[in-house]
Amino acid sequence: MSSRSVFSALMGVYILVFFAYLFGPLVVMGLTAFNTPAYPQVYPFEAFTLDWFATLFADADMMYGLRKSVLIGVLVVLVSVPVGLAGAMMMTQVHARARSFYYLVVVSPVLTPGVIIGISTVVFWRQTTQMTGLKFFYDGTVLTVLAQSSFISAYTMLIFLARLQRFDHTLEEAALDLGASRAQVFRNILIPFMMPAIGSASAIAFLSSFENYNTTTFAILADKTLVTVLAGRLRQGTTPALSALAVTIVAVTVCGAILYEYLKRREAREADRRALNASRAELADLNAVAQDAA
Amino acid sequence: MHSSIGQVVIYVIPAMVLAWFGWLAWRDRRDPANAGRQGFVARNGWPVAGFLVIAVGFWTIFMIVLPLFSMIDLSFRPKLPPPQWGGPKDFYTLDNYRYFLFGSTTSTAAWNVTHLTAFALTILTSIAITALDFVICYPIAYYMAKVARPNRLRLMMLMLIAPYWVNEILRAFAFRILFSSQGIINNVLMASGLIDQPVDFLAADVALYAGLAYAYLLMMMFALYNALDTLDGNLIEAARDLGAPWWHIHAFIAIPHAKPGIASGSTLVFMLTAGSLAAPLVLGGPRSLWFTPIVYDRFYQAFNWQQGAAYALILLVACVVFVLGVLRLFKLGLAEIAR
Repeated sequence: MSSRSVFSALMGVYILVFFAYLFGPLVVMGLTAFNTPAYPQVYPFEAFTLDWFATLFADADMMYGLRKSVLIGVLVVLVSVPVGLAGAMMMTQVHARARSFYYLVVVSPVLTPGVIIGISTVVFWRQTTQMTGLKFFYDGTVLTVLAQSSFISAYTMLIFLARLQRFDHTLEEAALDLGASRAQVFRNILIPFMMPAIGSASAIAFLSSFENYNTTTFAILADKTLVTVLAGRLRQGTTPALSALAVTIVAVTVCGAILYEYLKRREAREADRRALNASRAELADLNAVAQDAA
Repeated sequence: MHSSIGQVVIYVIPAMVLAWFGWLAWRDRRDPANAGRQGFVARNGWPVAGFLVIAVGFWTIFMIVLPLFSMIDLSFRPKLPPPQWGGPKDFYTLDNYRYFLFGSTTSTAAWNVTHLTAFALTILTSIAITALDFVICYPIAYYMAKVARPNRLRLMMLMLIAPYWVNEILRAFAFRILFSSQGIINNVLMASGLIDQPVDFLAADVALYAGLAYAYLLMMMFALYNALDTLDGNLIEAARDLGAPWWHIHAFIAIPHAKPGIASGSTLVFMLTAGSLAAPLVLGGPRSLWFTPIVYDRFYQAFNWQQGAAYALILLVACVVFVLGVLRLFKLGLAEIAR
């Protein structure tokens, strides 16, 4: 056996071990959701049950937390997508000498531990609301949206920057030459071009917000989201209902991913069909012109 | 120094930076060399220009800079009931930092052993876990970037991302099930006769370290993959043709090329590990020491926000020092790693 095939065999074994490490714990947890004992265990597997899912959905705190998490997630998308887009568009327009400083400021939330973002947001708004008397602003939901958006906007900005690098500025100039206003160029050229990035930025913003714990646990104050309820439960002890929650989250995400893939394929087919129709129409036009000429 | 001075400084610094930005733009406009170029408002149109200024301004000033400044400011203040804030007793002090070092704001006789060990342990463990993640990820990332065929690559990508759809706390919970005294690992070890008493992996922090290494693996993986993906395969071929042994190819070609990826992966993994709160809460034994739960307790158990702010700032400084250290070590700029 040559040394190369020994290497590839070793590599194969390593890859298997690696993915066992990646999936093993989650598979074990998933199985405990369907086993009857009240302490999450897979071995011995006593009997198959779905009771833990019923326990989970009957849990009022969890369901309240879920609604709150979804609300916060939607608000974070609404804040961080426009802010990230503005941050990315600003990047090329800041004076060259100030650009690296600007970059440092807007990227710093990505490199700051989440707990510190949560703490500093709460500290700042507690002082500000006490000084100005804007008491309603010192609210768990508002602070969580602000704290999460500060770093999620940096994520979305990085996505938009990558897309903007491929933007063809001659399109913009052509539209301006044809008499479009600046606002029209923004709405009818830049935004449609950015649409795929807006889609993926929204998805990433929502998911990062939904699963965030470190920042949220400070910023949420006395209120609660799904993840903070979950953390509280885990401190009290473990039950298979929590495994059931994990199984549900995975099932929902997998369905979401499949739906997304399906919609993307359908859109691609649609685009192909439109391109085909357009070229047919063009051909028909050309034929008509040719016949006229003849 | 009275705290009201700080309140002024906090607002003056961003205002001065804005003024500097404005001055740069104004000077450019006056420069005859730029006579033909349009200004910011003319270039974007006023609705878009307004949107850009308001969105970026609110984000950078009210969501990034001012919160950080007020945390720094608070960490130097004494603990006072809210009505006395800004009052005659509100002078800047180092008490909160003194407490971190000595466990008391007045005496310097004894060190604050619990907090200092927790801090040192957190930093050292995070460095070790970062290195471990690099070792685990490098072969896989190299395989994906340079060996795998496109179909296999897509499958591996999907399999890498899938476990991270489950959130951080539930991932930690999975490790707790695995390592608990009635967990599957203890069951297997007992059944095979290797041990006759269940091992308390949680108290020994084995579960915590395994969970932490697992938690942020993906960051390292994608950073390394992105860097190795741009490595020209011909270089590897050339080295192999010239008779370089396999480890030369990695040590002198692949790893030097992947430097920016290693740096960005390491900073992210270190920062996330040192700042992680979920894994230590779920997987830590009763005597485990991790710094972030201590910071949390300063706020919501001891209700000493000033001290909590000081502790948070210490953690932040440690992270910044680590990032700068990595940049110095790899001779890179910030823009190269934050991609």
